[in-house]
Amino acid sequence: MADIRGNFLGIKSPNPFWLASAPPTDKEYNVRRAFEAGWGGVVWKTLGLDPHVVNVNGPRYGAVWGADRRLLGLNNIELITDRPLEVNLREITSVKRDYPDRAVIVSLMVPCDEESWKGIIPLVEATGADGIELNFGCPHGMSERGMGSAVGQVPEYIEMVARWCKQATRMPVIVKLTPNITDIRYPARAAKAGGADAVSLINTVSSITSVNLDTFSPEPSIDGKGSHGGYCGPAVKPIALNMVAEIARDAETRGLPISGIGGVTTWRDAAEFIALGCGNVQVCTAAMTYGFRVVQEMIAGLEAWMDEKGHACLDDIIGRAVPNVTDWQYLNLNYVAKAKIDQDLCISCGRCFAACEDTSHQAIAMKEGRVFEVKDDECVACNLCVNVCPVEGCIEMVPMQAGETDPRTGRIVEDTYANWTMHPNNPGRVAAE
Amino acid sequence: MDPQRMPGIRPGRLDEDTLAAHFSDLHAPLTPHEALVAADRCYFCHDAPCVTACPTSIDIPLFIRQIATEQPKASAKTIFAQNILGGMCARVCPTETLCEEACVREAAEGRPVEIGRLQRFATDAMMAAGTHPFTRAAATGKHVAVVGAGPAGLACAHRLALKGHDVTLYDARPKAGGLNEYGIAAYKSTGDFAQAELDWLLAIGGITLRTGARLGAELSLDALRAEHDAVFLGIGLSGVNALEVDGAAREGVADAVDFIAELRQAQELSALPVGRNVVVLGGGMTAVDAAVQSKLLGAENVTIVYRRGQERMSASGFEQELAASKGVTLRFNARPVAVLGNGAVREVEFEYTEEGPDGLTGTGETFCIPADQVFRAIGQTLGDVPAGLTLERGKIRVDAEGFTGLEGVWAGGDCATGGDDLTVTAVAEGRDAAEAIHRALS
Ligand SMILES: Cc1cc2nc3c(=O)[nH]c(=O)nc-3n(C[C@H](O)[C@H](O)[C@H](O)COP(=O)(O)OP(=O)(O)OC[C@H]3O[C@@H](n4cnc5c(N)ncnc54)[C@H](O)[C@@H]3O)c2cc1C
Ligand SMILES: Cc1cc2nc3c(=O)[nH]c(=O)nc-3n(C[C@H](O)[C@H](O)[C@H](O)COP(=O)(O)O)c2cc1C
Ligand code: SF4
Ligand code: SF4
Ligand code: SF4
Repeated sequence: MADIRGNFLGIKSPNPFWLASAPPTDKEYNVRRAFEAGWGGVVWKTLGLDPHVVNVNGPRYGAVWGADRRLLGLNNIELITDRPLEVNLREITSVKRDYPDRAVIVSLMVPCDEESWKGIIPLVEATGADGIELNFGCPHGMSERGMGSAVGQVPEYIEMVARWCKQATRMPVIVKLTPNITDIRYPARAAKAGGADAVSLINTVSSITSVNLDTFSPEPSIDGKGSHGGYCGPAVKPIALNMVAEIARDAETRGLPISGIGGVTTWRDAAEFIALGCGNVQVCTAAMTYGFRVVQEMIAGLEAWMDEKGHACLDDIIGRAVPNVTDWQYLNLNYVAKAKIDQDLCISCGRCFAACEDTSHQAIAMKEGRVFEVKDDECVACNLCVNVCPVEGCIEMVPMQAGETDPRTGRIVEDTYANWTMHPNNPGRVAAE
Repeated sequence: MDPQRMPGIRPGRLDEDTLAAHFSDLHAPLTPHEALVAADRCYFCHDAPCVTACPTSIDIPLFIRQIATEQPKASAKTIFAQNILGGMCARVCPTETLCEEACVREAAEGRPVEIGRLQRFATDAMMAAGTHPFTRAAATGKHVAVVGAGPAGLACAHRLALKGHDVTLYDARPKAGGLNEYGIAAYKSTGDFAQAELDWLLAIGGITLRTGARLGAELSLDALRAEHDAVFLGIGLSGVNALEVDGAAREGVADAVDFIAELRQAQELSALPVGRNVVVLGGGMTAVDAAVQSKLLGAENVTIVYRRGQERMSASGFEQELAASKGVTLRFNARPVAVLGNGAVREVEFEYTEEGPDGLTGTGETFCIPADQVFRAIGQTLGDVPAGLTLERGKIRVDAEGFTGLEGVWAGGDCATGGDDLTVTAVAEGRDAAEAIHRALS
């Protein structure tokens, strides 16, 4: 059986599934039950200085659903913990004492001055916690007070605060990044420059989930007004994966440990984050949607997949997809594929036809008796038909073999690799040879 | 004694609560959430095969998408634009042989998009709101007589009124609606839906309804032609095939359509008499409806006997299964040879049949089924038809637009050639004839 024990920055956990800093980790009661359900670790709900914050007393969450009310995206306007610091510290101490084999990380967010940061760290150390996570990500409420993403959007601040924290503790320091920024590499580089041991990402994406068309208030509506919130859940996973990959392959941050967050809902999501360079993953929305028991599917699924593929331990898969993430300019322009419809699987819905005919390359023929066929001399292999076809595996992208003639261009498919940097149409090309 | 086992034809075999449950909606309406989930299954097919399969060519992918985007009333308008009786059709169409049979998800998974129930969801939404989606065009000053207020006549009248023509809608019966009112099984059209739909339809304006007016008695075609700019005949099939066997006239033998009409008009189902042992002769939708409703009324044993093999039955597989699931026995390859009894019917004698090169022949072997009530469901026929019309295979001959060849006279629905004898087909033919009349009058 595959060994899925995690070792992130020397912090050990029985599996790589941690609960992200959020309501599931807001108190001892939850965290104990989470550990009993099998979670490998938790990042405690973000602590701040007293007097503690207050939350709104109306709805904090908004959502985006699929047709059967499957929750696709969640949005929240919650703040950091709204309980006294001392209570949280006492509970963290108690939990860590009883669960020494689980990872307990404490998330922190205090005003952006040295005294505040250096003041809270010894209190956290005293709990026996395994590490701290600096919350530079919260995009709502706290950012208006100069904290959270207000810090995370300024690389210089990130570096400065990370450095203060590293000076103040021997505990590993993780910097949690906000996605609400144009280029995620800058804050990641700043975290590294400040001495952070790792980054975790993403925090939530600034969002308005919907507008009530009767009251013209954004949702969730508090007394007729709404505020942008933070978006998370399955919908944000593609954004998170890309940001993780950017950091994993950046020359300056390559090798910096990453804790992957954002839409992890199944073992497969987790495996994808890990393949893109994450040492572990953190989960919030999936637990908030389905309860703590979901971790059992994640553990069993990850193990089963690793067994099937012969991956012995997490180190065998961490970062395996990173070398395959490249820039567009290096993609092989000599690679030619054609869509091919499996007539046995095709149910003749015509969606591929409508999509290709109306919005792509008019490369699908609709023949007598609702038979749909790809015209190889028009198909540019864009993949749209594959994406809109309701039958999985019905349309395949078949690569052409070297030596064959592409009926669309009349050119012979070459087996050499040639990318945009060498292409004659590229004014700035580097001459081949 | 258990009232179900009491012999003879008698009322009160089941109590009111049981009867109410038996005659409630065959397909329960979708709740809003169920409708969203059901609508999400539609692929919005290109040149969708379900639309081709619908005799009224409703834009099914569009109306379903409008449900999915939470605009059921806009969805209803899409439906009504093609089929003003979309509410009734949603309830009575044999979707398993029409749109849902053609649905690509039927081919893929054996589980089509629930087009019929979705159509009901949308049309119910608009009718519950009490709004009529269309307004009449400016008056044309033309006047059309529509004879027969069944689905064909109603669809024709509505479309003509919409175009600004004045319509007088005549019907021989005391109530309009045709078989929607007198024929459709009670569990398909619950809660007096036929009359509610009629009132809603007439809200377009410009239609004067005259019931109790029969062509051939109170009305003559010549007079109608003289007084109107055009005439549409949607008189359905008012006759029935005769049962030509010994004892066919015995007490207890009746036409299935009459029994059904009586049932549909009954104020109290518990007052409606039904036999303990019921035998239904025939193989179509009428036979199934008579049998199932007898059973639901409390008959102990109900048997449908069809003279040919099961594969030749015109009732769909779904209808046959419905009958079986309600406890009706289906027997095939047997034809009645005598209705036996002493005065009233006691049993029916059948002979087994074979289908060979010479058609259907008897094998000589016979058997009897006990019966205190026998329903003939062996086919409806055209009633008397005014002179000047050409008949073809027992129906009024019309061209693709419903024109009879007699100047100024169109026909459609069950009484005319073309198409299956279905509500939805009648609607399509009535509508198309109205378009043809409109073109002729413009
Ligand atoms: C028992 C039964 C069950 C059925 N179930 C279904 C079903 O579930 N689904 C389905 O799609 N189809 C069903 N059908 C078929 C469907 O009802 C008919 O195809 C449809 O009603 C035909 O419509 P129509 O307007 O042509 O005729 P009808 O509905 O028969 O209407 C004809 C109208 O003309 C009137 N009329 C007749 N003669 C004259 C005259 N001389 N003068 C004035 N008025 C006259 C009649 O009173 C009647 O109102 C069923 C039929 C029967 C008999
Ligand atoms: C209600 C709510 C409150 C959150 N509070 C915090 C917080 O206090 N500190 C923090 O670092 N992240 C917080 N987050 C962000 C989550 O930790 C996580 O980064 C984000 O939800 C993405 O992961 P997911 O897609 O698995 O939910 C919160 C998220 C939610 C939904
Ligand atoms: S891959 Fe693109 S161009 Fe080719 S058939 Fe599919 S949709 Fe058309
Ligand atoms: S989208 Fe897929 S199933 Fe539909 S017609 Fe095209 S290939 Fe066939
Ligand atoms: S065939 Fe089925 S899936 Fe396609 S449009 Fe019609 S109802 Fe929708």
